[in-house]
Amino acid sequence: MFRIFGLCAAALLCQSGYAANNKSDFNPAFSLILSGTYASLQQDPATPATGFAMNPNPGHEQGFNLGESEMGISANIDPQFRGTATLALDPAGGISVENAYVQTTSLGDGLNLKFGRFFSGLGYLNEQHAHAWDFVDQPLVYAALWENQLGEDGVQLKWLAPTDMFLEFGGEAGKGRGFPGSDRAKNGSGAGVLFVHAGGDIGIEQSWRAGLSLHRTRAVARESTDVPDLHGNAVTNLFTGDSRTAGLDLVWKYAPNGNIKERYLKLQGEYFRRTENGDLSYDTAGANITDSYTVTQRGWYVQGVYQFMPRWRTALRYDRLDPGIASVGAANAGNVIADYAFKPSRTTVMLDYSPSEFSRIRVQLASDQSRQNLNDRQFFVQYIMSLGAHGAHSY
Amino acid sequence: MNKIISAVFFLLLSNAAHAALNVFACEPEWAALTKELAGEQANIYTATGALQDPHRVEARPSLIAKARRANLVVCTGAELEMAWLPVVLRESGNADVQAGGDGYFEAASAVRMLEVPTRLDRGDGDVHAQGNPHIQTDARNFLPIASALAQKLMQRDPANKAFYQQRLAAFEQQWRAALSRWEKQAAPLKGVAVVVQHKGFPYLADWLGLHEVAVLEPRPGMEPSASWLAQVQDTLQQHPAKMVLRAAYQSERPSQWIAQRAHLAAVEMPFTVGGSDAAQDLYGLFDDTLARLLKGLQ
Repeated sequence: MFRIFGLCAAALLCQSGYAANNKSDFNPAFSLILSGTYASLQQDPATPATGFAMNPNPGHEQGFNLGESEMGISANIDPQFRGTATLALDPAGGISVENAYVQTTSLGDGLNLKFGRFFSGLGYLNEQHAHAWDFVDQPLVYAALWENQLGEDGVQLKWLAPTDMFLEFGGEAGKGRGFPGSDRAKNGSGAGVLFVHAGGDIGIEQSWRAGLSLHRTRAVARESTDVPDLHGNAVTNLFTGDSRTAGLDLVWKYAPNGNIKERYLKLQGEYFRRTENGDLSYDTAGANITDSYTVTQRGWYVQGVYQFMPRWRTALRYDRLDPGIASVGAANAGNVIADYAFKPSRTTVMLDYSPSEFSRIRVQLASDQSRQNLNDRQFFVQYIMSLGAHGAHSY
Repeated sequence: MNKIISAVFFLLLSNAAHAALNVFACEPEWAALTKELAGEQANIYTATGALQDPHRVEARPSLIAKARRANLVVCTGAELEMAWLPVVLRESGNADVQAGGDGYFEAASAVRMLEVPTRLDRGDGDVHAQGNPHIQTDARNFLPIASALAQKLMQRDPANKAFYQQRLAAFEQQWRAALSRWEKQAAPLKGVAVVVQHKGFPYLADWLGLHEVAVLEPRPGMEPSASWLAQVQDTLQQHPAKMVLRAAYQSERPSQWIAQRAHLAAVEMPFTVGGSDAAQDLYGLFDDTLARLLKGLQ
C-alpha cells in the first residue's frame, strides 16, 4: 500500500506522470473507413424523384460497389487550435476533400469557432459522416434538398449558453458552393445558416435534442438537365434567385438503465421546407424563355432504430417529399410543369450486426415510391469498417 | 429596502461560498471521492451511472451543458472515456477543463497502471494503450488519488486550501483504518481462483491476491459466444475456480451460463458507488465488495 502511495505522494510527480502517459498517443490521430455496398434495384437510379428533376439526385449505384473510403486525420495544432481533415478516396481514382477545418479549443465562455470546409450544423443528420448513418442512404429530403449533405467553405461560430439545459446557438457564413447555392465569384458571403439546438436528459434512461435551422443562399444560373416539361420533352433549365430553407429536427433516445451497450431505442424526425424565388430560363438549348418562378418544396422523414441485443440493431424509416405547386410566369406557363400532383415516398427497413465497435455489416430493404408509376424494390448489403484511431461520436 | 438588498447579496455570497467549485465527475467513484475531500464546497455532477458501461456512453447534450459550467473535470483517464469525453469537452466551449488543462484531473495519472499492453493491435480487442483503466477496484489506489485530487482542488480553489488539507488528512486517516479492516476481512480470499466476465478486476485481484484463471469475453469489450464459453468451461476443468465476477452494469447471461455448467458462484460486484444498494459511498462500496466475495467463497 505505501509503495503505491509513495509513487505519487507529491502532486508534481503525478502531473509528470500524466505527460508521460500521453506520449503513447498517436499524434496526429489517423483513421481509415473502408466501406462497400451491393445494391439490387428494379429501376434506373438516375431517374430523379417526381417533381424534383431540378434538384440533385445522388441516387444509388447498382451491383457491387466500393464505397468511398474515407481517410481522417486530426490533432491539436497548438493549445489554441485543433485541425481535422477528411479525405474521400473515390473508387474510380482521385481524392476529394470532404472536410478540412480548424476549430478553436481555448476561446472559452461557451464559444467555438470553426473555419475551413465542414458539414453545416443545420438539422440533425447533416453533420454525421456516412459511416455513422443508420441506413445505407440518406433520407429523401436530404438527398433532394441538400444533395445528401450540405458542405460549406466558410466559418461557423457556436455559443453554448451557461444554462442547466443544453442550449446552443450557431451561425455560419460560407461560399454557398454546393446545392442549393451555386459557386460564383463574389466578395462576401454566399450562404448563411442559423441554428438553435436544445437538449437534455429525462431521468437516467432518456435523452433528447431538438433543433431549428434556417438556411439562405442565392443561386446564379443553376443548371438542371433532363427536366420534364409540359410538351413531354426533357430540357435544360437555368434558375437564378433566392433560396430560403427552414428545418426542424427532433431526436429522442432511450436505454434501459442508460446502458447503451445492451439495448437502446432511438427515434428521430426532421422536416425541411424550402422556398425558391427568382427567374427560370426554360429550355436554354431551344426556346430559351425566361420568366419568374417561385416554388415551395417540403420533405420529412421519421425513423426508429432499435438495438434489441448487444451488436444487433434493426431500424424502420418512412420518407416523404412534396414538390409543391410552382407559380410560373406567364411566358413559361405553357412550358414548365407547375403541379406534379404526386408526393414521393419511401419505406425502408434495416438490420445490422456489429462484431465490434469497429466493424458493421448491414442489410436493407426499401420500397421506393419516389417516382410516379415506377415503384422500386431495393435491396442492399453494406459493410463499414474502421481502422486506426476511432474518434468519439457526437450525439 | 437596503436591508433586503444586503440580505439577498449575503445569500448570494454565502451560496457561492457553500459551493465554490462546479465539479464534473466522469464516474460515480470520483464523485464520491470529491465529496469526501470537498464536502459542501463542491457542486458535483456525476456523468455516468453504475449501471452504465463506462466505455460506452454517448456525448449527450446534458453532459455538454454540465461541462460548460464546470471548474473541474475529474475522470479516470487511460482512455476509459475516449468514446465520449473528447466530444463533450470540445463542444462545451470551456477552455479551463480541456484535457491537460488546469481544470482537468485524471485519476489514472496518480496510480501504477496494470496490464499496460506491450503491443497495440485492434485484433486484441478494445485494449487501452495506457493500461487497464478500472483502477477503482483496488481500495489502496484511493490514497494517492485523493492526495493528487486534493492538490487539484486547492489549486482550483486556493481560498479554501486549509479546508481541503484538513479534509484530506481526515480522509487519509479514516481510509487507512478501513484498509486494514478490509485487508483483515479479505484474508480468506488470498489465492482464490476466479473467472471474470470482463477484464475489470486486475486491480482488485492484485490487492486481495485473487487469482484470475479465465475471462468470459474473448477479447476486451467483445460479447462471449457460446463456443467461446464452452472453451472457457474446458479451461476450468483443468484450472478450477470458485466464482465468476461481473460488474453490475454487465449482462448476467454469460456469468450465469458458466456458473451453472462449471458449478461456480456468480458474484455481481457493485464495481462503483451506486452499483448496489449497500454501495452508497466509497466505504459502502468496499464493504459490499468484500461481503459479496466472501459470500461467493461459501
